Amino acid sequence: MSLLEIKNLHASVDGHEILKGIDLTINAGEVHSIMGPNGSGKSTLAQVLSRHPAYEVTQGQAIYNGKDLLEMKPEEAACEGIFLAFQYPVEIPGIGNAYFLRSALNAIRKYRGEDEMDAIDFLPMFREKLKLLEMDDKLMSRSVNEGFSGGEKKRNEILQMAVLEPKLAILDETDSGLDIDALKIVAKGVNALRNSERAMLVVTHYQRLLNYIVPDFVHVLVDGRIVRSGGKELALELEEKGYVFETEARQAMLA
Amino acid sequence: MSSSNLETIRSLAEQDYKWGFITDIEEERVPKGLDEKTVRLISAKKNEPEFMLQWRLKALHHWQSLEKAQAEPTWANIKYPPIDYQEIVYYSAPKKKVNLEKLEDLDPEILRTYEKLGIPLLEQKRLAGVAVDAVFDSVSVGTTFKEKLSEIGVIFCSFSEAVQKHPELIQKYLGSVVPHTDNFFAALNAAVFTDGSFVYVPKGVRCPLELSTYFRINAADTGQFERTLIIADEGAYVSYLEGCTAPIRDQNQLHAAVVELIALDNAQIKYSTVQNWYPGDKEGKGGIYNFVTKRGKCQGVNSKISWTQVETGSAITWKYPSCILQGDNSVGEFYSVALTNNYQQADTGTKMIHIGKNSRSTVVSKGISAGHGQNTYRGQVKIMKGATGARNYTQCDSLLIGDKCGAHTFPYIEVRNSTARMEHEASTSKIGEDQLFYLRQRGLSAEDAVSMIVNGFCKRVFKELPMEFAVEAQKLLGVSLEGSVG
Repeated sequence: MSLLEIKNLHASVDGHEILKGIDLTINAGEVHSIMGPNGSGKSTLAQVLSRHPAYEVTQGQAIYNGKDLLEMKPEEAACEGIFLAFQYPVEIPGIGNAYFLRSALNAIRKYRGEDEMDAIDFLPMFREKLKLLEMDDKLMSRSVNEGFSGGEKKRNEILQMAVLEPKLAILDETDSGLDIDALKIVAKGVNALRNSERAMLVVTHYQRLLNYIVPDFVHVLVDGRIVRSGGKELALELEEKGYVFETEARQAMLA
Repeated sequence: MSSSNLETIRSLAEQDYKWGFITDIEEERVPKGLDEKTVRLISAKKNEPEFMLQWRLKALHHWQSLEKAQAEPTWANIKYPPIDYQEIVYYSAPKKKVNLEKLEDLDPEILRTYEKLGIPLLEQKRLAGVAVDAVFDSVSVGTTFKEKLSEIGVIFCSFSEAVQKHPELIQKYLGSVVPHTDNFFAALNAAVFTDGSFVYVPKGVRCPLELSTYFRINAADTGQFERTLIIADEGAYVSYLEGCTAPIRDQNQLHAAVVELIALDNAQIKYSTVQNWYPGDKEGKGGIYNFVTKRGKCQGVNSKISWTQVETGSAITWKYPSCILQGDNSVGEFYSVALTNNYQQADTGTKMIHIGKNSRSTVVSKGISAGHGQNTYRGQVKIMKGATGARNYTQCDSLLIGDKCGAHTFPYIEVRNSTARMEHEASTSKIGEDQLFYLRQRGLSAEDAVSMIVNGFCKRVFKELPMEFAVEAQKLLGVSLEGSVG
């Protein structure tokens, strides 16, 4: 059984249809990349899969781990193991990072019928993950994302992912706003989390990230549909020819 | 904002009032209405010395002249129908069989009430930490730890008892911070107040217990007019907590209290309130009118007074816990969380009056509006001519939940000394869909997500509360406090 099976998925926001029939199958252990021009629906796909309430699914289905994903609330999807690394991580003033993360972890553990983790067990595990992302301890007693630089915010997303250990991690433009050193650290963190149980969906505009997080499959999204799928070499081809080529190909196909 | 998030916010904002039960006890009450007879009756019932009666009568006459001149204040940003002061019962007390010498003599019904509220008075005797004075309707029904405190010279008792046993202190300090001429409701209170708490901490004593008063309005059609007087003598320290609840009733009930604090040289008073009077129902029917005058005087050098309040109850709140910073190097602080939902209205804030040299004040106000709630911050910072080197920092933040509520800010700043340093920061924010989604995506339920955001918003104020009160405040706001991590 696949981890995620999406069939003919249509979704709109404020009455505008953004996704116009997505088919995609992801198995455990695979890393898929979604590439495409601005406005093609990449981020919408990430948001719909993590069940953002602003997006309305009008058609199609998504079966995740044998369950109907489209029936889930965001917190249910999260507790079932779906994690979204946000393109624009949100600030929560007054709530410490470590506290927030332990609350999230315990919400998930509770959902799964596991014991909540106390601070004594949490801290050593947490420190380990901090090291992986080369993050400063001091950052963790500060409020969630408040006063973080763009790079620190993105690293913090991957840190959260490392702590919450999702089954399906969706990375939404994690490379945007990162300099090359920060990009390498983030990629290192992501790669450390790759294993045969975990799948990843890496949404990106640029091929650059895929030099560091090498995908098994690349899909090209244009105007709300996947127009091409292939291996990692497809990303390089896109980098060379640009999305214009794909867009034209798609228009030709429609004509 | 999407409908599911709004739904959650609504349900959270509309949590039921859990303290709305009525205790069935026999009451002794005076007839409705207010005139000289009422005042004389109250004074006689309390067996007061002549100076008290005269003081009350002076206040009554002043209030009557104000009422005649229709001088009930109208400047606050609140709306309510005219109050008929002749329809209020000004004295109601549980009938007691014997003179209360021991807490065990209390009416068991009242004891059970306080247990339901989470304050078992008898239990309190065994638990170290908090000494409680409980005020039921108009009278004080029991003070715990009295003997223990008296060993170190701390007087903590009901106001009535203080009038009997320490008239010299009452005569010296009563009305010295809030005179009966201060305002309409202060005049009313001075005329008819029935009980309250009294604290005196002698020179150099650091009160080892948190002192606490729990106010409960039970009887119908009564007003509650209590008066609290706290004096910290030179070098003394005291931390005082105040909690309030009332049953659910359809009629509005008036609560017009006065609190006076006096800190002498090097003394410190910390006054914390968790106010949860019945706020009225979802349509805005019923609830307490909480029209309260609270003021502290930093009379001595290096003295300090801190007000911390978490206000979630009352149909209407009108209160401005203030500090008169008279002593050189004196410090005034005000930390406030005010939550209004459904049709609640709050016009609250503080006054910091700088008179002494190098006096400093800090104001941190957090207003949360949900439902149709209207929340107003009104603050005054006044630097007098002689207050060389005075400093004030004011931070005033509003959080809006939903799209039918309102937040308003009226800061008044008056500076008459050019060496003063003033800072004022203000912000208004809305719980955004993005914030909510972020937390939910990490596995937190929508309710927990809202709680967490609100809790984070109030953190600066919660940090100022004594531990057990912080827990209650957190429960009241439906939030979970931060653990030891982070």
